[in-house]
Amino acid sequence: MNIYKTRKAINKLMCTIALLCAILTLVPLISIFGYVIFKGISSINIDFFMHLPKPVGEVGGGMSNAIIGSLILIGLSCLWAIPLGIAGGIYLAEFGNNKLGTTVRFAADVLNGIPSILIGIFAYTLFVLPMKSFSAVSGAFALGIIMIPTVMRTTEEMLLMVPRTIREAALALGINQFRATVSIVLKTALPGILTGILLAIARIAGETAPLLFTALGNRFWHQNLTQPIAALPLQIFAYAISPFDDWHRQAWAGALVLIVIVFLMSFISRFIIRLRYKFPTPR
Amino acid sequence: MKIRFIDTWFKRATTFLGLSVVALTLLLVYTMSRTAGLAMHKFGWNFLFTSTWDPVKEIFGALPFLYGTIVTSLLALLIAVPVSLGIAVYLAELAPHYIRQPLSFLIELLAAIPSVIYGLWGIFVLAPFLRVSVQPFLTKYFGFLPLFQGQFYGVGMLTAGIILSIMIIPTISSVCREVFLVVPFTQREAAAALGATPWEVIRVAVLGYSRTGILGAVILGLGRALGETMAVTMVIGNRPEISASLFAPAYTMASVIANEFAEATSNLYLSALVEVGLVLFFVTLIINVIARLLIWKVSSKVKGQIRE
Repeated sequence: MNIYKTRKAINKLMCTIALLCAILTLVPLISIFGYVIFKGISSINIDFFMHLPKPVGEVGGGMSNAIIGSLILIGLSCLWAIPLGIAGGIYLAEFGNNKLGTTVRFAADVLNGIPSILIGIFAYTLFVLPMKSFSAVSGAFALGIIMIPTVMRTTEEMLLMVPRTIREAALALGINQFRATVSIVLKTALPGILTGILLAIARIAGETAPLLFTALGNRFWHQNLTQPIAALPLQIFAYAISPFDDWHRQAWAGALVLIVIVFLMSFISRFIIRLRYKFPTPR
Repeated sequence: MKIRFIDTWFKRATTFLGLSVVALTLLLVYTMSRTAGLAMHKFGWNFLFTSTWDPVKEIFGALPFLYGTIVTSLLALLIAVPVSLGIAVYLAELAPHYIRQPLSFLIELLAAIPSVIYGLWGIFVLAPFLRVSVQPFLTKYFGFLPLFQGQFYGVGMLTAGIILSIMIIPTISSVCREVFLVVPFTQREAAAALGATPWEVIRVAVLGYSRTGILGAVILGLGRALGETMAVTMVIGNRPEISASLFAPAYTMASVIANEFAEATSNLYLSALVEVGLVLFFVTLIINVIARLLIWKVSSKVKGQIRE
Protein backbone atom coordinates (compact mmCIF):
# COMPACT_ATOMS: atom_id res chain seq x y z
CA MET A 1 0.00 0.00 0.00
CA ASN A 2 2.89 2.26 0.92
CA ILE A 3 4.40 2.48 -2.56
CA TYR A 4 1.16 3.94 -3.93
CA LYS A 5 1.26 6.70 -1.37
CA THR A 6 4.85 7.53 -2.24
CA ARG A 7 4.05 7.60 -5.95
CA LYS A 8 1.08 9.83 -5.37
CA ALA A 9 3.17 12.14 -3.20
CA ILE A 10 5.90 12.36 -5.84
CA ASN A 11 3.27 13.08 -8.45
CA LYS A 12 1.85 15.89 -6.35
CA LEU A 13 5.32 17.27 -5.64
CA MET A 14 6.46 17.32 -9.26
CA CYS A 15 3.24 18.87 -10.52
CA THR A 16 3.58 21.60 -7.91
CA ILE A 17 7.20 22.22 -8.88
CA ALA A 18 6.16 22.62 -12.53
CA LEU A 19 3.54 25.15 -11.52
CA LEU A 20 6.06 26.98 -9.33
CA CYS A 21 8.47 27.23 -12.27
CA ALA A 22 5.80 28.99 -14.29
CA ILE A 23 5.02 31.37 -11.44
CA LEU A 24 8.71 31.99 -10.74
CA THR A 25 9.24 33.17 -14.32
CA LEU A 26 6.46 35.70 -13.97
CA VAL A 27 8.31 37.40 -11.09
CA PRO A 28 11.04 39.04 -13.21
CA LEU A 29 8.47 39.82 -15.90
CA ILE A 30 6.24 41.67 -13.46
CA SER A 31 9.24 43.34 -11.82
CA ILE A 32 10.65 44.60 -15.13
CA PHE A 33 7.30 45.87 -16.36
CA GLY A 34 6.46 47.36 -12.97
CA TYR A 35 9.73 49.30 -12.74
CA VAL A 36 9.68 50.46 -16.37
CA ILE A 37 6.07 51.62 -16.13
CA PHE A 38 6.18 53.27 -12.69
CA LYS A 39 9.66 54.76 -12.91
CA GLY A 40 9.01 55.68 -16.54
CA ILE A 41 5.70 57.41 -15.96
CA SER A 42 6.97 59.32 -12.93
CA SER A 43 9.93 60.66 -14.89
CA ILE A 44 8.44 61.29 -18.30
CA ASN A 45 7.26 64.78 -19.25
CA ILE A 46 6.74 67.01 -22.25
CA ASP A 47 10.37 68.15 -22.15
CA PHE A 48 11.46 64.58 -22.69
CA PHE A 49 9.87 64.55 -26.13
CA MET A 50 10.59 68.16 -27.08
CA HIS A 51 14.16 68.90 -26.01
CA LEU A 52 17.72 67.92 -26.73
CA PRO A 53 19.87 66.46 -23.94
CA LYS A 54 21.19 69.17 -21.60
CA PRO A 55 24.97 69.47 -21.10
CA VAL A 56 26.52 67.20 -18.47
CA GLY A 57 25.54 68.21 -14.97
CA GLU A 58 22.47 70.27 -15.87
CA VAL A 59 19.10 68.86 -14.88
CA GLY A 60 16.35 68.49 -17.44
CA GLY A 61 16.37 68.15 -21.19
CA GLY A 62 15.00 65.27 -23.20
CA MET A 63 15.65 62.72 -25.86
CA SER A 64 13.85 64.20 -28.86
CA ASN A 65 16.91 63.69 -31.05
CA ALA A 66 17.22 60.05 -30.00
CA ILE A 67 13.56 59.29 -30.71
CA ILE A 68 13.77 60.88 -34.17
CA GLY A 69 17.17 59.26 -34.71
CA SER A 70 15.75 55.83 -33.96
CA LEU A 71 12.88 56.41 -36.37
CA ILE A 72 15.32 57.50 -39.11
CA LEU A 73 17.52 54.46 -38.52
CA ILE A 74 14.54 52.12 -38.63
CA GLY A 75 13.23 53.78 -41.81
CA LEU A 76 16.60 53.57 -43.56
CA SER A 77 16.99 49.91 -42.60
CA CYS A 78 13.51 49.07 -43.90
CA LEU A 79 14.31 50.84 -47.14
CA TRP A 80 16.89 48.29 -48.19
CA ALA A 81 16.16 45.27 -46.02
CA ILE A 82 12.45 44.81 -46.79
CA PRO A 83 12.75 44.67 -50.62
CA LEU A 84 15.76 42.37 -50.35
CA GLY A 85 14.05 40.18 -47.77
CA ILE A 86 10.83 39.85 -49.75
CA ALA A 87 12.69 39.15 -53.00
CA GLY A 88 14.78 36.53 -51.23
CA GLY A 89 11.61 35.01 -49.79
CA ILE A 90 10.02 34.85 -53.23
CA TYR A 91 13.13 33.13 -54.53
CA LEU A 92 13.03 30.56 -51.73
CA ALA A 93 9.33 29.84 -52.17
CA GLU A 94 9.22 29.78 -55.98
CA PHE A 95 12.61 28.53 -57.10
CA GLY A 96 14.38 27.54 -53.90
CA ASN A 97 13.51 23.87 -53.71
CA ASN A 98 17.07 22.80 -54.51
CA LYS A 99 20.63 22.87 -53.14
CA LEU A 100 21.07 26.55 -53.89
CA GLY A 101 17.91 27.35 -51.94
CA THR A 102 19.18 25.31 -49.01
CA THR A 103 22.40 27.33 -49.09
CA VAL A 104 20.44 30.60 -49.01
CA ARG A 105 18.32 29.30 -46.10
CA PHE A 106 21.44 28.27 -44.24
CA ALA A 107 23.03 31.70 -44.78
CA ALA A 108 19.89 33.39 -43.48
CA ASP A 109 19.91 31.13 -40.42
CA VAL A 110 23.57 31.96 -39.80
CA LEU A 111 22.84 35.70 -39.99
CA ASN A 112 19.87 35.22 -37.69
CA GLY A 113 21.81 33.16 -35.15
CA ILE A 114 25.03 35.11 -34.70
CA PRO A 115 25.24 37.74 -31.95
CA SER A 116 24.15 41.14 -33.20
CA ILE A 117 27.35 42.79 -31.99
CA LEU A 118 29.25 40.89 -34.69
CA ILE A 119 27.01 42.46 -37.30
CA GLY A 120 28.10 45.77 -35.80
CA ILE A 121 31.75 44.81 -36.40
CA PHE A 122 30.86 43.88 -39.97
CA ALA A 123 29.18 47.22 -40.63
CA TYR A 124 32.13 48.97 -38.99
CA THR A 125 34.72 47.38 -41.26
CA LEU A 126 32.53 47.86 -44.33
CA PHE A 127 31.37 51.46 -43.79
CA VAL A 128 33.03 53.23 -40.86
CA LEU A 129 36.64 52.35 -41.74
CA PRO A 130 36.47 53.47 -45.41
CA MET A 131 34.35 56.56 -44.62
CA LYS A 132 36.48 57.38 -41.59
CA SER A 133 33.37 58.41 -39.64
CA PHE A 134 30.63 56.79 -37.59
CA SER A 135 27.41 57.29 -39.51
CA ALA A 136 23.68 56.74 -39.72
CA VAL A 137 24.05 54.70 -42.91
CA SER A 138 26.39 52.21 -41.27
CA GLY A 139 23.89 51.80 -38.42
CA ALA A 140 21.06 51.27 -40.89
CA PHE A 141 23.17 48.71 -42.75
CA ALA A 142 23.72 46.74 -39.54
CA LEU A 143 20.05 46.89 -38.51
CA GLY A 144 18.98 45.88 -42.03
CA ILE A 145 21.11 42.74 -41.90
CA ILE A 146 19.34 41.81 -38.69
CA MET A 147 15.95 42.30 -40.37
CA ILE A 148 16.63 40.34 -43.57
CA PRO A 149 16.49 36.76 -42.24
CA THR A 150 13.18 37.36 -40.43
CA VAL A 151 11.53 39.07 -43.42
CA MET A 152 12.88 36.48 -45.83
CA ARG A 153 11.86 33.36 -43.93
CA THR A 154 8.43 34.78 -43.09
CA THR A 155 7.83 35.68 -46.74
CA GLU A 156 8.81 32.17 -47.77
CA GLU A 157 6.58 30.53 -45.17
CA MET A 158 3.61 32.73 -46.03
CA LEU A 159 3.98 32.24 -49.80
CA LEU A 160 4.14 28.49 -49.37
CA MET A 161 0.98 28.65 -47.30
CA VAL A 162 -1.05 30.11 -50.17
CA PRO A 163 -3.02 27.19 -51.63
CA ARG A 164 -1.54 25.82 -54.83
CA THR A 165 -4.95 26.00 -56.50
CA ILE A 166 -4.85 29.81 -56.38
CA ARG A 167 -1.49 29.84 -58.12
CA GLU A 168 -2.69 27.34 -60.70
CA ALA A 169 -5.89 29.26 -61.31
CA ALA A 170 -3.85 32.38 -62.06
CA LEU A 171 -1.48 30.56 -64.38
CA ALA A 172 -4.42 28.87 -66.13
CA LEU A 173 -5.69 32.29 -67.11
CA GLY A 174 -2.54 32.68 -69.15
CA ILE A 175 -0.64 35.33 -67.19
CA ASN A 176 3.06 34.88 -66.63
CA GLN A 177 4.65 33.59 -63.48
CA PHE A 178 5.89 37.04 -62.52
CA ARG A 179 2.37 38.48 -62.48
CA ALA A 180 0.94 35.36 -60.87
CA THR A 181 3.47 35.59 -58.06
CA VAL A 182 3.38 39.33 -57.49
CA SER A 183 -0.28 40.17 -58.07
CA ILE A 184 -1.96 36.99 -56.85
CA VAL A 185 0.21 34.95 -54.51
CA LEU A 186 2.10 37.80 -52.87
CA LYS A 187 -1.09 39.77 -52.43
CA THR A 188 -2.82 36.85 -50.76
CA ALA A 189 0.11 36.36 -48.41
CA LEU A 190 0.56 40.08 -47.70
CA PRO A 191 -0.90 40.19 -44.17
CA GLY A 192 1.41 37.40 -43.08
CA ILE A 193 4.41 39.10 -44.65
CA LEU A 194 3.45 42.38 -43.00
CA THR A 195 3.44 40.58 -39.66
CA GLY A 196 6.96 39.36 -40.29
CA ILE A 197 8.08 42.89 -41.18
CA LEU A 198 6.53 44.36 -38.03
CA LEU A 199 8.17 41.70 -35.88
CA ALA A 200 11.51 42.47 -37.52
CA ILE A 201 11.01 46.20 -36.84
CA ALA A 202 10.08 45.43 -33.23
CA ARG A 203 13.34 43.57 -32.92
CA ILE A 204 15.63 46.20 -34.44
CA ALA A 205 13.92 49.03 -32.54
CA GLY A 206 15.47 47.68 -29.34
CA GLU A 207 18.84 46.65 -30.76
CA THR A 208 21.73 48.44 -29.12
CA ALA A 209 24.84 46.36 -29.65
CA PRO A 210 25.18 46.78 -33.44
CA LEU A 211 24.77 50.56 -33.11
CA LEU A 212 27.52 51.06 -30.53
CA PHE A 213 30.24 51.61 -33.09
CA THR A 214 28.20 52.36 -36.20
CA ALA A 215 25.59 55.00 -35.37
CA LEU A 216 27.58 55.81 -32.20
CA GLY A 217 25.03 58.24 -30.74
CA ASN A 218 24.92 62.00 -30.79
CA ARG A 219 23.89 64.56 -28.19
CA PHE A 220 22.67 67.00 -30.85
CA TRP A 221 20.58 66.85 -34.00
CA HIS A 222 22.35 64.87 -36.69
CA GLN A 223 23.73 66.97 -39.55
CA ASN A 224 23.42 64.40 -42.32
CA LEU A 225 23.31 60.66 -42.76
CA THR A 226 27.07 60.26 -43.01
CA GLN A 227 27.46 61.65 -39.48
CA PRO A 228 26.85 59.96 -36.12
CA ILE A 229 23.18 59.82 -35.16
CA ALA A 230 21.45 59.36 -31.83
CA ALA A 231 19.26 56.31 -31.13
CA LEU A 232 16.95 55.63 -28.23
CA PRO A 233 18.53 52.34 -27.06
CA LEU A 234 22.00 53.90 -27.23
CA GLN A 235 20.86 56.85 -25.17
CA ILE A 236 19.28 54.57 -22.57
CA PHE A 237 22.53 52.62 -22.35
CA ALA A 238 24.69 55.74 -22.01
CA TYR A 239 22.42 57.23 -19.35
CA ALA A 240 22.04 53.98 -17.41
CA ILE A 241 25.78 53.56 -16.89
CA SER A 242 26.30 57.27 -16.12
CA PRO A 243 26.72 58.47 -12.52
CA PHE A 244 23.95 61.14 -12.64
CA ASP A 245 20.57 60.68 -10.98
CA ASP A 246 18.76 62.85 -13.49
CA TRP A 247 20.15 60.78 -16.34
CA HIS A 248 19.00 57.59 -14.60
CA ARG A 249 15.54 59.11 -14.44
CA GLN A 250 15.64 59.83 -18.16
CA ALA A 251 16.93 56.32 -18.88
CA TRP A 252 13.76 54.92 -17.29
CA ALA A 253 11.64 57.34 -19.30
CA GLY A 254 13.46 56.24 -22.45
CA ALA A 255 12.92 52.60 -21.54
CA LEU A 256 9.19 53.23 -21.23
CA VAL A 257 9.04 54.87 -24.67
CA LEU A 258 11.11 52.06 -26.19
CA ILE A 259 9.01 49.31 -24.65
CA VAL A 260 5.82 51.00 -25.85
CA ILE A 261 7.22 51.17 -29.41
CA VAL A 262 8.34 47.54 -29.36
CA PHE A 263 5.09 46.19 -27.96
CA LEU A 264 2.94 48.35 -30.19
CA MET A 265 4.62 46.71 -33.18
CA SER A 266 4.08 43.22 -31.79
CA PHE A 267 0.45 43.91 -30.92
CA ILE A 268 -0.33 45.47 -34.30
CA SER A 269 1.16 42.46 -36.03
CA ARG A 270 -0.94 40.07 -33.95
CA PHE A 271 -3.96 42.22 -34.66
CA ILE A 272 -3.53 42.24 -38.44
CA ILE A 273 -3.54 38.48 -38.39
CA ARG A 274 -6.60 38.15 -36.18
CA LEU A 275 -8.56 40.93 -37.84
CA ARG A 276 -8.96 39.85 -41.41
CA TYR A 277 -7.20 36.67 -42.24
CA LYS A 278 -6.93 33.22 -40.84
CA PHE A 279 -3.24 32.74 -41.54
CA PRO A 280 -1.20 31.28 -38.72
CA THR A 281 1.28 33.72 -37.19
CA PRO A 282 4.92 33.16 -38.00
CA ARG A 283 7.01 31.94 -35.13
CA MET B 1 7.95 34.84 -76.28
CA LYS B 2 7.33 37.84 -74.07
CA ILE B 3 6.08 35.74 -71.19
CA ARG B 4 9.20 33.62 -71.37
CA PHE B 5 11.36 36.74 -71.33
CA ILE B 6 9.71 38.28 -68.28
CA ASP B 7 9.71 35.03 -66.34
CA THR B 8 13.36 34.34 -67.09
CA TRP B 9 14.32 37.73 -65.74
CA PHE B 10 11.98 37.37 -62.77
CA LYS B 11 13.74 34.17 -61.86
CA ARG B 12 17.19 35.65 -62.41
CA ALA B 13 16.46 38.77 -60.37
CA THR B 14 15.01 36.96 -57.36
CA THR B 15 17.79 34.35 -57.50
CA PHE B 16 20.35 37.14 -57.54
CA LEU B 17 18.78 38.84 -54.53
CA GLY B 18 18.43 35.54 -52.67
CA LEU B 19 22.09 34.78 -53.32
CA SER B 20 23.10 38.22 -52.12
CA VAL B 21 22.26 37.02 -48.60
CA VAL B 22 24.83 34.26 -49.04
CA ALA B 23 27.27 36.85 -50.36
CA LEU B 24 26.68 39.08 -47.32
CA THR B 25 27.37 36.16 -44.98
CA LEU B 26 30.58 35.25 -46.77
CA LEU B 27 31.62 38.89 -46.84
CA LEU B 28 31.07 39.09 -43.09
CA VAL B 29 33.36 36.12 -42.47
CA TYR B 30 35.92 37.45 -44.95
CA THR B 31 36.15 41.01 -43.61
CA MET B 32 36.31 39.81 -40.02
CA SER B 33 39.03 37.26 -40.80
CA ARG B 34 41.03 39.88 -42.70
CA THR B 35 40.80 42.43 -39.89
CA ALA B 36 41.65 39.81 -37.30
CA GLY B 37 44.63 38.63 -39.35
CA LEU B 38 47.06 41.01 -37.70
CA ALA B 39 46.36 39.72 -34.19
CA MET B 40 46.23 36.11 -35.37
CA HIS B 41 49.63 36.49 -36.96
CA LYS B 42 51.16 38.17 -33.94
CA PHE B 43 49.79 35.99 -31.12
CA GLY B 44 48.84 32.72 -32.83
CA TRP B 45 47.06 30.20 -30.63
CA ASN B 46 48.46 31.87 -27.51
CA PHE B 47 45.71 34.46 -27.99
CA LEU B 48 43.21 31.97 -26.63
CA PHE B 49 45.32 30.71 -23.74
CA THR B 50 46.95 33.76 -22.18
CA SER B 51 45.23 36.09 -19.82
CA THR B 52 47.04 39.42 -20.15
CA TRP B 53 44.89 42.07 -21.81
CA ASP B 54 46.97 45.21 -21.92
CA PRO B 55 46.06 47.74 -24.63
CA VAL B 56 48.87 50.08 -23.55
CA LYS B 57 51.66 47.53 -24.02
CA GLU B 58 49.68 45.92 -26.85
CA ILE B 59 49.70 42.46 -25.34
CA PHE B 60 46.42 40.66 -25.91
CA GLY B 61 45.23 37.36 -24.51
CA ALA B 62 41.54 36.50 -24.58
CA LEU B 63 41.37 33.85 -21.88
CA PRO B 64 39.53 36.03 -19.29
CA PHE B 65 36.78 36.71 -21.82
CA LEU B 66 36.43 33.05 -22.75
CA TYR B 67 36.26 32.24 -19.05
CA GLY B 68 33.68 34.93 -18.29
CA THR B 69 31.53 33.89 -21.25
CA ILE B 70 31.62 30.21 -20.37
CA VAL B 71 30.95 30.71 -16.65
CA THR B 72 28.04 33.13 -17.12
CA SER B 73 26.48 30.98 -19.85
CA LEU B 74 26.77 27.77 -17.86
CA LEU B 75 25.33 29.50 -14.81
CA ALA B 76 22.45 30.74 -16.97
CA LEU B 77 21.81 27.19 -18.23
CA LEU B 78 21.98 25.82 -14.70
CA ILE B 79 19.11 28.09 -13.69
CA ALA B 80 17.18 28.26 -16.94
CA VAL B 81 17.05 24.59 -17.95
CA PRO B 82 15.14 23.18 -14.95
CA VAL B 83 12.82 26.18 -14.83
CA SER B 84 12.13 26.02 -18.57
CA LEU B 85 11.45 22.30 -18.38
CA GLY B 86 9.02 22.93 -15.55
CA ILE B 87 7.23 25.62 -17.56
CA ALA B 88 7.10 23.47 -20.67
CA VAL B 89 5.76 20.48 -18.74
CA TYR B 90 3.18 22.65 -17.04
CA LEU B 91 2.08 24.32 -20.28
CA ALA B 92 2.01 21.21 -22.41
CA GLU B 93 0.70 18.65 -19.93
CA LEU B 94 -0.72 19.97 -16.70
CA ALA B 95 -2.22 23.43 -17.07
CA PRO B 96 -5.96 23.84 -17.53
CA HIS B 97 -6.67 24.75 -21.14
CA TYR B 98 -7.86 28.27 -20.46
CA ILE B 99 -4.52 29.11 -18.82
CA ARG B 100 -2.22 27.76 -21.52
CA GLN B 101 -2.64 30.51 -24.11
CA PRO B 102 -2.33 33.54 -21.78
CA LEU B 103 0.55 32.04 -19.78
CA SER B 104 2.60 31.16 -22.82
CA PHE B 105 1.91 34.65 -24.15
CA LEU B 106 3.26 36.18 -20.94
CA ILE B 107 6.40 34.08 -21.06
CA GLU B 108 6.95 35.02 -24.69
CA LEU B 109 6.72 38.67 -23.65
CA LEU B 110 10.01 38.14 -21.84
CA ALA B 111 11.63 37.42 -25.18
CA ALA B 112 10.36 40.68 -26.67
CA ILE B 113 11.89 42.99 -24.05
CA PRO B 114 14.96 44.72 -25.55
CA SER B 115 18.19 43.65 -23.89
CA VAL B 116 19.15 47.21 -22.96
CA ILE B 117 16.04 47.30 -20.75
CA TYR B 118 17.13 44.06 -19.09
CA GLY B 119 20.43 45.80 -18.45
CA LEU B 120 18.75 48.87 -16.97
CA TRP B 121 16.67 46.67 -14.70
CA GLY B 122 19.78 44.68 -13.83
CA ILE B 123 21.74 47.74 -12.75
CA PHE B 124 19.04 49.39 -10.66
CA VAL B 125 16.90 46.51 -9.40
CA LEU B 126 18.57 43.11 -9.62
CA ALA B 127 22.16 44.05 -8.68
CA PRO B 128 21.22 45.98 -5.50
CA PHE B 129 18.83 43.19 -4.52
CA LEU B 130 21.54 40.56 -4.94
CA ARG B 131 24.08 42.67 -3.03
CA VAL B 132 21.82 43.26 -0.08
CA SER B 133 19.94 39.97 0.21
CA VAL B 134 21.21 37.10 -1.88
CA GLN B 135 24.98 37.41 -1.74
CA PRO B 136 25.23 37.70 2.09
CA PHE B 137 22.91 34.71 2.34
CA LEU B 138 25.05 32.61 -0.02
CA THR B 139 28.24 33.54 1.80
CA LYS B 140 26.72 32.74 5.16
CA TYR B 141 25.56 29.25 4.25
CA PHE B 142 27.78 28.24 1.33
CA GLY B 143 30.79 30.47 2.03
CA PHE B 144 33.08 27.44 2.38
CA LEU B 145 32.88 27.12 -1.42
CA PRO B 146 35.26 29.41 -3.32
CA LEU B 147 32.31 30.25 -5.59
CA PHE B 148 30.63 32.37 -2.95
CA GLN B 149 33.48 34.29 -1.37
CA GLY B 150 34.70 37.84 -1.65
CA GLN B 151 33.26 41.32 -1.75
CA PHE B 152 29.61 41.97 -2.56
CA TYR B 153 29.68 44.35 -5.51
CA GLY B 154 26.24 43.49 -6.81
CA VAL B 155 27.57 43.48 -10.35
CA GLY B 156 29.50 40.39 -11.40
CA MET B 157 29.21 36.97 -12.95
CA LEU B 158 26.34 35.87 -10.69
CA THR B 159 24.19 38.84 -11.71
CA ALA B 160 25.05 38.36 -15.38
CA GLY B 161 24.20 34.66 -15.18
CA ILE B 162 20.83 35.34 -13.57
CA ILE B 163 19.90 37.99 -16.16
CA LEU B 164 20.96 35.64 -18.96
CA SER B 165 18.86 32.85 -17.51
CA ILE B 166 15.78 35.08 -17.54
CA MET B 167 16.51 36.01 -21.15
CA ILE B 168 16.89 32.43 -22.41
CA ILE B 169 13.98 30.88 -20.50
CA PRO B 170 11.44 31.84 -23.22
CA THR B 171 13.62 30.26 -25.93
CA ILE B 172 14.20 26.97 -24.14
CA SER B 173 10.68 26.63 -22.77
CA SER B 174 8.92 27.35 -26.06
CA VAL B 175 11.07 24.87 -28.02
CA CYS B 176 10.64 22.24 -25.28
CA ARG B 177 6.91 22.78 -25.30
CA GLU B 178 6.74 22.26 -29.04
CA VAL B 179 8.83 19.12 -28.71
CA PHE B 180 6.44 17.82 -26.02
CA LEU B 181 3.43 18.54 -28.16
CA VAL B 182 4.67 16.26 -30.95
CA VAL B 183 4.98 13.27 -28.64
CA PRO B 184 2.33 10.85 -29.95
CA PHE B 185 -0.71 10.51 -27.71
CA THR B 186 -0.50 6.75 -27.90
CA GLN B 187 2.72 6.95 -25.84
CA ARG B 188 0.99 8.83 -23.05
CA GLU B 189 -2.03 6.59 -23.18
CA ALA B 190 0.11 3.48 -23.05
CA ALA B 191 1.85 4.72 -19.92
CA ALA B 192 -1.43 5.79 -18.34
CA ALA B 193 -2.99 2.44 -19.17
CA LEU B 194 -0.26 0.71 -17.19
CA GLY B 195 -1.35 2.69 -14.16
CA ALA B 196 1.20 5.50 -14.20
CA THR B 197 0.45 8.69 -12.28
CA PRO B 198 0.38 11.91 -14.36
CA TRP B 199 3.98 12.65 -13.36
CA GLU B 200 5.08 9.14 -14.32
CA VAL B 201 3.39 9.58 -17.69
CA ILE B 202 5.39 12.77 -18.20
CA ARG B 203 8.63 11.23 -17.04
CA VAL B 204 8.37 7.97 -18.95
CA ALA B 205 6.45 8.89 -22.07
CA VAL B 206 7.00 12.62 -22.63
CA LEU B 207 10.45 13.43 -21.25
CA GLY B 208 11.92 10.12 -22.34
CA TYR B 209 10.56 10.46 -25.84
CA SER B 210 11.76 14.03 -26.33
CA ARG B 211 15.30 13.78 -24.93
CA THR B 212 16.90 14.78 -28.24
CA GLY B 213 14.61 17.75 -28.67
CA ILE B 214 15.26 18.97 -25.13
CA LEU B 215 19.00 18.80 -25.77
CA GLY B 216 18.46 20.83 -28.94
CA ALA B 217 16.49 23.45 -27.01
CA VAL B 218 19.19 23.68 -24.34
CA ILE B 219 21.94 24.14 -26.92
CA LEU B 220 19.87 26.77 -28.70
CA GLY B 221 19.55 28.60 -25.37
CA LEU B 222 23.30 28.29 -24.87
CA GLY B 223 23.87 29.94 -28.24
CA ARG B 224 21.67 32.84 -27.16
CA ALA B 225 23.47 33.21 -23.84
CA LEU B 226 26.96 33.19 -25.37
CA GLY B 227 26.22 36.06 -27.70
CA GLU B 228 24.04 38.26 -25.51
CA THR B 229 25.76 41.62 -25.24
CA MET B 230 24.03 44.63 -23.73
CA ALA B 231 22.43 43.23 -20.59
CA VAL B 232 25.63 41.41 -19.68
CA THR B 233 27.86 44.41 -20.40
CA MET B 234 25.77 46.49 -18.04
CA VAL B 235 25.90 44.12 -15.05
CA ILE B 236 29.08 42.07 -15.27
CA GLY B 237 31.41 44.75 -13.93
CA ASN B 238 33.81 44.71 -16.89
CA ARG B 239 37.13 43.61 -15.47
CA PRO B 240 39.42 41.27 -17.45
CA GLU B 241 40.26 38.93 -14.58
CA ILE B 242 39.81 35.25 -13.92
CA SER B 243 38.37 34.71 -10.47
CA ALA B 244 36.82 31.67 -8.88
CA SER B 245 34.16 33.69 -7.06
CA LEU B 246 30.85 34.23 -8.82
CA PHE B 247 30.57 37.58 -7.03
CA ALA B 248 33.64 38.94 -8.82
CA PRO B 249 33.37 41.33 -11.75
CA ALA B 250 34.44 39.77 -15.05
CA TYR B 251 34.19 40.31 -18.79
CA THR B 252 32.63 38.32 -21.62
CA MET B 253 33.66 38.17 -25.27
CA ALA B 254 30.65 40.15 -26.38
CA SER B 255 30.96 42.77 -23.66
CA VAL B 256 34.65 43.48 -24.25
CA ILE B 257 33.82 44.19 -27.89
CA ALA B 258 30.91 46.39 -26.87
CA ASN B 259 33.00 48.40 -24.42
CA GLU B 260 36.34 48.77 -26.13
CA PHE B 261 35.70 48.62 -29.87
CA ALA B 262 34.82 52.26 -30.42
CA GLU B 263 37.91 53.44 -28.56
CA ALA B 264 40.40 50.94 -29.96
CA THR B 265 43.13 53.26 -31.15
CA SER B 266 45.78 51.07 -32.72
CA ASN B 267 45.37 48.57 -35.54
CA LEU B 268 46.58 45.71 -33.39
CA TYR B 269 44.07 46.53 -30.62
CA LEU B 270 41.22 46.63 -33.14
CA SER B 271 42.44 43.43 -34.74
CA ALA B 272 42.55 41.65 -31.38
CA LEU B 273 38.97 42.70 -30.63
CA VAL B 274 37.81 41.47 -34.04
CA GLU B 275 39.57 38.18 -33.39
CA VAL B 276 37.55 37.84 -30.17
CA GLY B 277 34.49 38.46 -32.35
CA LEU B 278 35.61 35.83 -34.84
CA VAL B 279 35.96 33.24 -32.07
CA LEU B 280 32.48 34.15 -30.87
CA PHE B 281 31.18 33.82 -34.44
CA PHE B 282 32.46 30.30 -34.95
CA VAL B 283 31.39 29.12 -31.49
CA THR B 284 27.82 30.38 -31.93
CA LEU B 285 27.73 29.07 -35.52
CA ILE B 286 28.70 25.54 -34.46
CA ILE B 287 26.31 25.60 -31.51
CA ASN B 288 23.39 26.80 -33.63
CA VAL B 289 24.05 24.15 -36.28
CA ILE B 290 24.11 21.39 -33.64
CA ALA B 291 20.89 22.69 -32.08
CA ARG B 292 19.14 22.86 -35.46
CA LEU B 293 20.22 19.32 -36.35
CA LEU B 294 18.90 17.95 -33.06
CA ILE B 295 15.56 19.73 -33.35
CA TRP B 296 15.30 18.79 -37.01
CA LYS B 297 15.92 15.15 -36.10
CA VAL B 298 12.93 15.27 -33.75
CA SER B 299 10.58 16.80 -36.29
CA SER B 300 11.63 14.35 -39.02
CA LYS B 301 11.05 11.46 -36.63
CA VAL B 302 7.51 12.71 -36.16
CA LYS B 303 6.91 12.97 -39.88
CA GLY B 304 7.99 9.34 -40.21
CA GLN B 305 5.50 8.40 -37.54
CA ILE B 306 2.65 10.16 -39.28
CA ARG B 307 3.39 8.43 -42.56
CA GLU B 308 3.06 5.05 -40.86
